[in-house]
Amino acid sequence: MPILNSLPDYVLTTKTDEVINWMRKSSIWYMLFGLACCAIELMQTGGPRCDIERFGATPRASARQSDLMIVAGTLTLKMALRTRLLYDQMPDPKYVIAMGSCASCGGLFQLAYSVCDGVDKIIPVDVYVPGCPPRPEALTEGLIKLQEKIMTERWLTRAPANGAVETVRA
Amino acid sequence: MESLAIYQRLKDQFADRILEIVDKKPVPWAVVDPASIVDVCRYLKDDPETAMDCLSNESGVDYKDRIEVVYHLFSYPHRHLAVLKAKLPRDNPSIATVEGLWAGANWLEREIFDLLGVNFEGHSDLRRLLMPEDWPGYPLRKDFVEPAEYHGISTTRESPVIRLEMKKKK
Amino acid sequence: MFFQFGVPLALTVIAVGFVAVMFGLQKLLAPSNPHHRKLIPYECGEPPTGRAWINFNIRFYIIALIFVVFEVEVAFIYPVAAVFADWVRQGNRLYALSEIFLFLMILFVGLVYVWVKRDLEWIKKVPD
Repeated sequence: MPILNSLPDYVLTTKTDEVINWMRKSSIWYMLFGLACCAIELMQTGGPRCDIERFGATPRASARQSDLMIVAGTLTLKMALRTRLLYDQMPDPKYVIAMGSCASCGGLFQLAYSVCDGVDKIIPVDVYVPGCPPRPEALTEGLIKLQEKIMTERWLTRAPANGAVETVRA
Repeated sequence: MESLAIYQRLKDQFADRILEIVDKKPVPWAVVDPASIVDVCRYLKDDPETAMDCLSNESGVDYKDRIEVVYHLFSYPHRHLAVLKAKLPRDNPSIATVEGLWAGANWLEREIFDLLGVNFEGHSDLRRLLMPEDWPGYPLRKDFVEPAEYHGISTTRESPVIRLEMKKKK
Repeated sequence: MFFQFGVPLALTVIAVGFVAVMFGLQKLLAPSNPHHRKLIPYECGEPPTGRAWINFNIRFYIIALIFVVFEVEVAFIYPVAAVFADWVRQGNRLYALSEIFLFLMILFVGLVYVWVKRDLEWIKKVPD
């Protein structure tokens, strides 16, 4: 890529970065990955009362068309292998929200023989949303945190030397 | 008919193949010799006085010295129920399948095989139902030890609480 | 002298340019990480089994074929409908009508053939 992460911090390049990030954060399409009870709250977050679609986040059924994977529910070891494959099949750049305590750390079922304790054992997680299940407002705040993370990404400009801000994973 | 009357009928028909009849609340049960479970079940299903056309549940129980398979039978024409138990040794538990009498026993016996390791002779498709196909061991046995990892995913999670305590001591 | 093609030319330039800009931005800015697990066919997380080329029922092909033939017929009727009023005004209405009627009748014979051969039925009952 001749132009990616290669320009210095002029006002034009940083504003272009901001515009690109604003366009990307306003249109995060999430994959319907409801595994258990948190899926009900995920559906309600997309429902009329706390509408996540006003942030541009629309549900997609296929991994190929989504850039966010909201892991909502308990992850079993049997499902963990498939979750890894689905995460691999999402196009870059992709993000993961671990919704609920089961996806963050195994939750209530941490000692069970069939439960994978936390989805971050198999895929990298960007935002953890605690709760059992988290209220739709909590999931919306998780999405807003993810949007803030997206706003710090750099496309045209170079990342600072101390690595405080993520560059695009190219 | 009362359950005890059904067991008395069985005793008249099968004599010593009914090992004991236990009268306890809520439902009394009859312990059957495992080798003759199919004959007893077929008699209960075909006899017009009992007419047990529904196997409402089949489950397995692991006691320390034996494994029991419990059959809950129900009759829609007469609205009475019967409970049969078969006691199997823990070493190599094996019993004939009742799939030929009630088709619903297919998955019920697959579940008992998956979680307790009971082999059902004559079953058409005896493989694991809930656990992954390559899972080692039978989880609901009392001596089951959780494997340390499955396909590279470790089955334990370090608790953050311990780390905080150590920090406080310093 | 070809000034009537000015507007289509402008539209073509905008269309081609829009697509070129989009693809160009994607080549410059988008990340690209193709690896084996990302490129295998999507089967809801299960490892894919079998081939993607499977036998399908031939009635889909037949319906598509019949559709294409009659769609082209409709496409030919549209210009006739556009100039029909002019022909009527010039007094050639019987000539125009009989021409287009003949065209429709030739294709109607084809429709009758397909109908009689029971290719319009989705589920054909085969005689025992």
